[in-house]
Amino acid sequence: MKLQNSDGTSLAREQLTSFLYRMQRIRMAEERIGQLVARREVRTPCHLSIGQEAIPVGVCAALNENDTVWGGHRSHGHYLAKGGDLNAMMAEIFGKATGCARGRGGSMHLVAPAQGIFGTVPLVAATIPLAVGAALSAKLRGTDQVAVAFFGDGATDEGHFHESLNLAALYRLPVLFVCENNFYSTHLTLKERRIKDNIVESAALHGLAGVVVDGNDVTAVYRAAHEAVECARSGEGPTLLECRTYRWRGHVGPAADLEVGADRRRELDEWQRRDPIAQCRALLGAGGVPFDVLDGVTAKVREEIELAVMFARQSPDPDDSGLLQHVYAARRGC
Amino acid sequence: MRTLTYAQAIREAHAQLLAEDPRVFLIGQGVRNPWYAGTSLQDLDKEFGRDRIIDSPVSENATTGAAIGAAITGMRPIVFHPRMDFMLLAADPIMNQAANWSYLFAGQVSVPVVIRAVINRGGEQGAQHSQAVQALFAHVPGLKVVMPSTPYDAKGLLIAAVRDGNPVLYIDDRWLYELEGEVPEGLYEAPIGSAAIRRSGRDVTVVATSYMAAEAVKAAATLAQRGIDVELIDLRSIKPWDRNLVYSSVGKTGRLVIADAAWMSGGIAAEIAASVAGEIFHALKAPIARVCLPDAPAPTSAVLEQAYYVGAEDIVTSVEKVLV
Repeated sequence: MKLQNSDGTSLAREQLTSFLYRMQRIRMAEERIGQLVARREVRTPCHLSIGQEAIPVGVCAALNENDTVWGGHRSHGHYLAKGGDLNAMMAEIFGKATGCARGRGGSMHLVAPAQGIFGTVPLVAATIPLAVGAALSAKLRGTDQVAVAFFGDGATDEGHFHESLNLAALYRLPVLFVCENNFYSTHLTLKERRIKDNIVESAALHGLAGVVVDGNDVTAVYRAAHEAVECARSGEGPTLLECRTYRWRGHVGPAADLEVGADRRRELDEWQRRDPIAQCRALLGAGGVPFDVLDGVTAKVREEIELAVMFARQSPDPDDSGLLQHVYAARRGC
Repeated sequence: MRTLTYAQAIREAHAQLLAEDPRVFLIGQGVRNPWYAGTSLQDLDKEFGRDRIIDSPVSENATTGAAIGAAITGMRPIVFHPRMDFMLLAADPIMNQAANWSYLFAGQVSVPVVIRAVINRGGEQGAQHSQAVQALFAHVPGLKVVMPSTPYDAKGLLIAAVRDGNPVLYIDDRWLYELEGEVPEGLYEAPIGSAAIRRSGRDVTVVATSYMAAEAVKAAATLAQRGIDVELIDLRSIKPWDRNLVYSSVGKTGRLVIADAAWMSGGIAAEIAASVAGEIFHALKAPIARVCLPDAPAPTSAVLEQAYYVGAEDIVTSVEKVLV
């Protein structure tokens, strides 16, 4: 059966159920990470994306496995949505040898090349030009791969962002710029950083397509991303997707940072009423999916996460004899 | 063997690499313009097309970052910065990204990118068209830094850099562009991390980089006429640098002069001096001398430039000083 969405379109029930599963997985993994941080079992800085899950899930559902994604400090969601291994992420956050970066990266440096996740790094906006380069690479190699740069609204304050949009538009590169506009750059609100709430206008300025989408509506994100990805793949060039959302937790760690921003409490109440996961559940419920099926999704996710935490706890620490390995790559064949 | 100029050797390396390997491409400001690149990139766009010879907007950050992203995903880019000063706008992609990614991701990702920076000083161009900040980059783990001083190495080191598999800064000097030397016709590599003995001698070791290696050749000839036998080492690669060759030479001569046309404080010469003093102190018969630029920005006035830049005469003076 098909389910009717808010924008009048429809998606298969199976697809929407898979969106719910993926969003739940990100939400519950991060809630668990937040608990582990609160009790100091995890010490690496963890930037949680709770409340923003519809964006990585909606965008990555529109991608092929060999499309590439590039992220920042708040990228647990991007990693999981693109197919990164949950156990390897959890172990990385614990700093273990079995982590996706072998304990050298922590929460802010996730990687899974086989899934097209070449790396996430916390230097704000730093991976935006790298995604442009991946798109240039795809074009020169003659593949149909698309590159996606995920970044927050804070990154649009950087020069990297504007230079990259210009280059991508100029060379009509297959890249999707996904701005997760949660209205905060650490503690500073959007209004304290720019004269207008107009991030998407950067697209027109640099000559590429710009789309604003409700970042808490997973089907809307999916549809917008799907269209942008098809454009990119068919050689019509890049798109800036401004996904408007809200970060429920503070900049870093599990606390809500209620002291920042004059309206933080009111905003949080308002945005929590627009919870992307609750909205997706309601849509499935209204479409006749029984609640025990939906609760089964939650139970399955909870089990996966507990297994991942157990895997991370039981994994060995990195061997310090490897401290200086991989500063340089082994020479590759020509 | 036939001879080429230093600039022609750089161009030939590009052309042969582009012909050999479809993963190689060139991106940067002014790659089609002799005003930026001299003859070192002349007409490459006509030969290889503008998809692979990309004359970019003045966006050092995005072009360098894009080259890094392309390298990570299977290409072998060469980024061109017509002056090293301009490259500083790309410090984040070079120092935070390219340098880190192999280590950070435990070797699962590598960044085979060559970042070419031209030192183009003198001519009353002043503080922001003259800088030689190689030491900043040599400081960073994960980067390799090469500085050829001959046409042979200009070609061979570029080929080695592109094939290396790591981020390599390739730094050439416009003051060397007309220098002629023998250059093999085919593709060959000058090994990264290996210095070259340009002249064997027994009295004093001179270790020099880039343009100062060419000046040191002249200085050694002058000193030979005065009966002083210099062993001249052209470092070629400043990260990694050839410790073994320097230590064995200083072990023989017991005296060391280091010539690097960059600021003295915290520079390559300081690194070499500290290493020699730390490792083979007992071989030294005299204090180590450094021939570097004074710790001041480059001036414009030709009179001040004359006082600011160092060359063969300064090397001669320093050698005579360590021999007293």
